[in-house]
Amino acid sequence: MSDARLSVLKTYKLYVGGKFPRSESGRVYEVTDSKQNWLANAPLSSRKDARDAVVAARKAFGGWSGATAYNRGQVLYRIAEMLEGRRDQYLAEVADAEGLSKAKAAAQVDAAIDRWVWYAGWTDKIAQVVGGGNPVAGPFFNLSSPEPTGVVAVLAPQKSSFLGLVSVVAPVVATGNTAVVIASERSPLPALSLGEVLATSDLPGGVVNILSGRTAEIAAPLAAHQDVNAIDLAGADEALAKELEIAAADNLKRVLRPQPVDEADWSATPGTERMTAFLETKTVWHPTGALGASGSSY
Amino acid sequence: MPTTAPAAQGPANGPAHGLADLTASDSTLRRFLHGLPGVDAVGLEARAASLGTRSIKTTAKAYALDLAISMVDLTTLEGADTPGKVRALGAKAVRPDPTDRTAPATAAVCVYPDMVPTAKEAVAGSGVKVASVATAFPAGRASLAVKLADVREAVTAGADEVDMVIDRGAFLAGAYMKVYDEIVAVREACGTSARLKVIFETGELSTYDNIRRASWLGMLAGADFIKTSTGKVAVNATPANTLLMLEAVRDFRAQTGVQVGVKPAGGIRTAKDAIKFLVLVNETAGADWLDNHWFRFGASSLLNDLLMQRQKLATGRYSGPDYVTVD
Repeated sequence: MSDARLSVLKTYKLYVGGKFPRSESGRVYEVTDSKQNWLANAPLSSRKDARDAVVAARKAFGGWSGATAYNRGQVLYRIAEMLEGRRDQYLAEVADAEGLSKAKAAAQVDAAIDRWVWYAGWTDKIAQVVGGGNPVAGPFFNLSSPEPTGVVAVLAPQKSSFLGLVSVVAPVVATGNTAVVIASERSPLPALSLGEVLATSDLPGGVVNILSGRTAEIAAPLAAHQDVNAIDLAGADEALAKELEIAAADNLKRVLRPQPVDEADWSATPGTERMTAFLETKTVWHPTGALGASGSSY
Repeated sequence: MPTTAPAAQGPANGPAHGLADLTASDSTLRRFLHGLPGVDAVGLEARAASLGTRSIKTTAKAYALDLAISMVDLTTLEGADTPGKVRALGAKAVRPDPTDRTAPATAAVCVYPDMVPTAKEAVAGSGVKVASVATAFPAGRASLAVKLADVREAVTAGADEVDMVIDRGAFLAGAYMKVYDEIVAVREACGTSARLKVIFETGELSTYDNIRRASWLGMLAGADFIKTSTGKVAVNATPANTLLMLEAVRDFRAQTGVQVGVKPAGGIRTAKDAIKFLVLVNETAGADWLDNHWFRFGASSLLNDLLMQRQKLATGRYSGPDYVTVD
């Protein structure tokens, strides 16, 4: 037997509506590692892919936001389990993408998986933290509860290709939103592989949609899209963020500006702010009547 | 209301097509219908699919969207229809996009016979027509007397158009004359004021040959429109069966000089699909049919998608379901 074996190259595809389509435009671009060696071709998405992703995300929103928080937590935890099973694959992809040593890449992947678990735990706790009964001066039972905003466009961080990605996607879907994610432009492969995990972990199709390509090209129509309710600008530089924020103002999208521009420290344990950024508070005033004043027994 | 050539001729003088000898007896009708050339199913589907790949952009798209909106028969045929819902539908038909006065009105609203007065009131003075389904829609399983009473009620209530269903059971059993007589009787009950659309329910006819036969049968009997389906079965309008019917109306006009309209109904939900149908019309029957007097879409959710695409063209921004009325 000869030891020369033909390599089986992987065709990376988008993840939209639970399916793995190529870009509608048919375009691809070359993805290289940190030393400019070719790794794979990734789809170069167009604005129409973005449009299709929004349609898929909108369609999935009812079911996902209506699922119980407990159920969402179970699904997210399942994703973490699946990620764990593919740890070696992510390790290699992250090491290539970010030019890290094996040990450092392993630390990134482990932290990312732990972050899924962390957010999975939050699904049924966030309502207690940011909602609850309010004391009001009147005969009302007054209750606030957080509800998901809707379809959220997420620009994943450009440098941290996996830990950063997980850190922005997980909080969005944990609270019941659906997401259209634009992967890191230079290192999209871990994000595209994440689609394969999501497809096999009970997450309904369309809850997370992953696009790769030129961030500016895909983000502009998403920021202007009338059916996108919020946008997370973690992966946008100063100039792009400003432009997108202006476009997003038209239908009053919620906008999460990049905090310290792009490279936030993703390894630190996050607070709840990435979850609360995409929640709407609903407050119910329920009349209780002047209990006892009339001598009524009920 | 402009009267069409076939309507103006009136049913009393018999059909205007000059092919009366074909329908003289059961056997001549059968011989004619079975003598129609067989349909090349693979070729038909390939042709329909290839016409669906045309790229319609910018100004052509704007034209197509407005044309498609003007061709919509905005339909509500539910057991749960209320007068309020019909009024809302009428308002939407008259002014589909309240934020944009340049959006054209739809062609008609399509309702059950008992809702015709309400619909009439809702679209009064707008030029939007009121179409009513009749003849024991959607199954068509009732006696002729009941069907005709159904039609008369709709026409008396002021319906401008009547959508009848054929007796598929009789058609499939080969009783073509029975189907023919029924259409002629309904045509007569419509009088000169209402145009008649004949629904074949193509999804139940099982073969393309049957759809071609049914199309000719309907046209011979005096239909003003031939319509694919009720929207109540699994298979509704497809590009292939609509293409086949467009060929039939083209050939019928070539032979008799009488123009008949086509209405695909059911399952057309996106602007993209609608534009594909318009390409079929233009390439098969010709530009004469690119008018809401001769081509209609039986649809309800289609209109919202057309409006969203129209907004996208106007603003450059993708629109969403929050910006159109939900019904």
